[in-house]
Amino acid sequence: MGTRDDGPDRTATRINHMPGAGTARADAISAGRHEMLTDTLRKQIKSLAERGLKRPRIGADAVCEALLAQGVDLFFGFPGGVLLPLYDVLGDYPELRHILVRHEQGASHAADGYARASGRVGVCLGTSGPGATNLVTGIGNAMLDSVAMVAITGNVVSSLLGKDAFQEIDITGITLPCTKHNYLVNNPNDIPRVFAEAFHIAATGRPGPVHIDITKDALMGACTAEHPATVDLPGFKPNFEGNYRQVKLAAQEIARAERPVILAGHGVLIADATEELREFAEKTQIPVAHTLLGVSAMDETHPLSLGWVGMHGWKHVNRAIQSADLLIALGMRFDDRVTGHVPTFAPYARIIHVDIDPAEIGKNVAVEIPIVGDVKRVLTALLPLVPAVEPESRAAYLTELAEWRVESEKTPWHGSGAWRNGQLSADFVVCKIGEATNHDATIVADVGQNQMWAARYAGFRRPNSHISSGGLGTMGFGLPAAMGAAMGRPDKETWAIVGDGGLQMTVQELMTLVQDHIPVKIALLDNHKLGMIRQWQELIYAGNYHSSHLLGPDWLKLADAYGVAGFRATKPEEVDAAIAAARAVDGPALVHFMIAEEQNVFPMMPAGKGLSDLLEEQFEEPKQ
Amino acid sequence: MSQTGSNPGTPADPAHPAPAHTAPPARALPGHGEAHRHVLVAIVLNKPGVLNRVASLMRARNFNIETLAVSHTDQPEVSRMTLTLRGDDVAVEQAAKQLYRLIDVLKVQDVTSDSTVEHEIALIKVRADERNRGEVLTIADMYKAKVVDLAAESLIVEATGSEAEVDALIALLRGFGIKELVRSGTVVMSRGTGSIEEAVKR
Repeated sequence: MGTRDDGPDRTATRINHMPGAGTARADAISAGRHEMLTDTLRKQIKSLAERGLKRPRIGADAVCEALLAQGVDLFFGFPGGVLLPLYDVLGDYPELRHILVRHEQGASHAADGYARASGRVGVCLGTSGPGATNLVTGIGNAMLDSVAMVAITGNVVSSLLGKDAFQEIDITGITLPCTKHNYLVNNPNDIPRVFAEAFHIAATGRPGPVHIDITKDALMGACTAEHPATVDLPGFKPNFEGNYRQVKLAAQEIARAERPVILAGHGVLIADATEELREFAEKTQIPVAHTLLGVSAMDETHPLSLGWVGMHGWKHVNRAIQSADLLIALGMRFDDRVTGHVPTFAPYARIIHVDIDPAEIGKNVAVEIPIVGDVKRVLTALLPLVPAVEPESRAAYLTELAEWRVESEKTPWHGSGAWRNGQLSADFVVCKIGEATNHDATIVADVGQNQMWAARYAGFRRPNSHISSGGLGTMGFGLPAAMGAAMGRPDKETWAIVGDGGLQMTVQELMTLVQDHIPVKIALLDNHKLGMIRQWQELIYAGNYHSSHLLGPDWLKLADAYGVAGFRATKPEEVDAAIAAARAVDGPALVHFMIAEEQNVFPMMPAGKGLSDLLEEQFEEPKQ
Repeated sequence: MSQTGSNPGTPADPAHPAPAHTAPPARALPGHGEAHRHVLVAIVLNKPGVLNRVASLMRARNFNIETLAVSHTDQPEVSRMTLTLRGDDVAVEQAAKQLYRLIDVLKVQDVTSDSTVEHEIALIKVRADERNRGEVLTIADMYKAKVVDLAAESLIVEATGSEAEVDALIALLRGFGIKELVRSGTVVMSRGTGSIEEAVKR
């Protein structure tokens, strides 16, 4: 028997290694592989008519039209092989602005920041495989914080799905538990309906991210379907109006209460109910506490604004909650960072819980009066039912809260800006940024100590002027989210307050700021530490500091390398000038604040403890 | 560092004065009652991936599904799932509410305490030869089970009934040696004229 080593034996039978060779399915897979490399489908369609307005409408056109139909004028994305048909037609839609990020995580956080600042749906885009998985952190962040977002990914040609093709991953399987809903689209004619449904689901009721995965052949194939004017989702009917009987019960409770506290959450901002909240609080003379994501739901200078509750909230607020006889929880979900140890949470209070998501009722805390509905509508229904209360009749209560507040807010170094041994204190920096921007800028925090300082000390007066990664606690959120926020509210100044740890996670978006002229001002609170980790290690792990000290680059050189204006402040007296210099820049700027390395965020409720078990700073007289 | 506040709400604690007019109600953590078996019926859209969504949600929310039966209803676009799971009332209510959040879920009902017809089917391959076959047949007969296959050394019993009835039969047959066992999972329907499918959200 002869060997074949010496060349092809022309007489031998050729073997086709394609599984199921000759069947229609095998042919489709072969065609799909070819398609991934050559875009023949697209070329065939193009060859039918010349480019321009007369070219046939393909799935990618339907995507662009759908975005425009939903009022999208801007989205954040990063291209890839399977998205090329979309990028090929994007130029034909000049009304759609695409911002090229440097990493898909930046795109999803930017869409998140955009949505929170503007109240519109944020849109981000990534390619199949790694592009899609990189979006996931931002999608999860939007899920936990109930942010309206539509995340679009491309996927391989549908005949290759499940073949582990190049850059194929089961991304709808991955996003299933961290989205409000998701879609896999493999027919171009499904695109208009799916987009209409996705935007409706993302923005209606309790908002959340919706993910649309579109195969390359669906983007390239001819599309004849029209955009629907309405959506038909029989399984999605959020309940907006609170049950009137429950609302009346709530009114009775409120009339009876002697030490009531309102607990305002993100839902107040999402429902655009800040005016209703103020009116309600004023009529009933009930002080308003808020959660981390409820910061800016009420003007902090309002006499009834009490402040921020929870793990790093103000002590006087936590005391008010613990001594309250009635909590009126509006659009919040009793996160463990708010309640601490639930059995000791608000032990004297009956609870009215208003939330649009029925699953939040009784999930973390058993409540007496649940009301499922939109906060704005429930407050509107409640307002005429509650008696107007004269401030005098609550005088004793409100005076006591005011006394607690004075005690809670005194911080000896705060005015001087110098923490121990004259080192720059972070709260002073944040306070100065708030003052310099007249408490009107959008302040976007990263995660960790910087986030807590931002929420505590910047001073918020305008709704949605505070943006923070609450539920997921995503380090690296600050810079890209600020990028989105600046695009969402271009009329407002935008500051990112970030730490040196978080900024190093997504620092590449500095380049996006420069390329797209996005005027974000970055306040880098640099303590050469993963500050919150260090704080926990100090207070809970007996000072066993492992991996919480980190090096950073020479930040001014880095900013310079990116083409971002950089400034530095190392002493309290340099802070004002540095902030002013950054604000004077037409475009992005970074201020490197070298803050004290060991300043902690106090008070602090240790995990597993209750709101009454706060750790507090031992005051040290500043050394002269 | 100082730790302020000890036992919250103790009247002696000056930082947290108790209001005079009210005694502290128990702030219960939801979901720590007695666990027992619950039967949930979910009416869902008949779309690809719905089963995955339901299963994924139950896993993510830490509920353990004991049985799950899925089939079409008389409406081709609607499917019906019957789930049984163990948990206390609050936990299962939470599971039902979480299921409701799924866009493809039309209706969820906990029918545990309703008057229902509840059935599952089991096929049990039991060791039985000429010496004890009669005994197996007698037991099967008492449970109104049918013998659907007969071989020299085994037979297959087809049993229908509630989960408890099937459990009881299996316990009796175990003594003969069960070679193979498959159960369909419970399906359930409320008695009377009311219809959960007519009550769906559409």
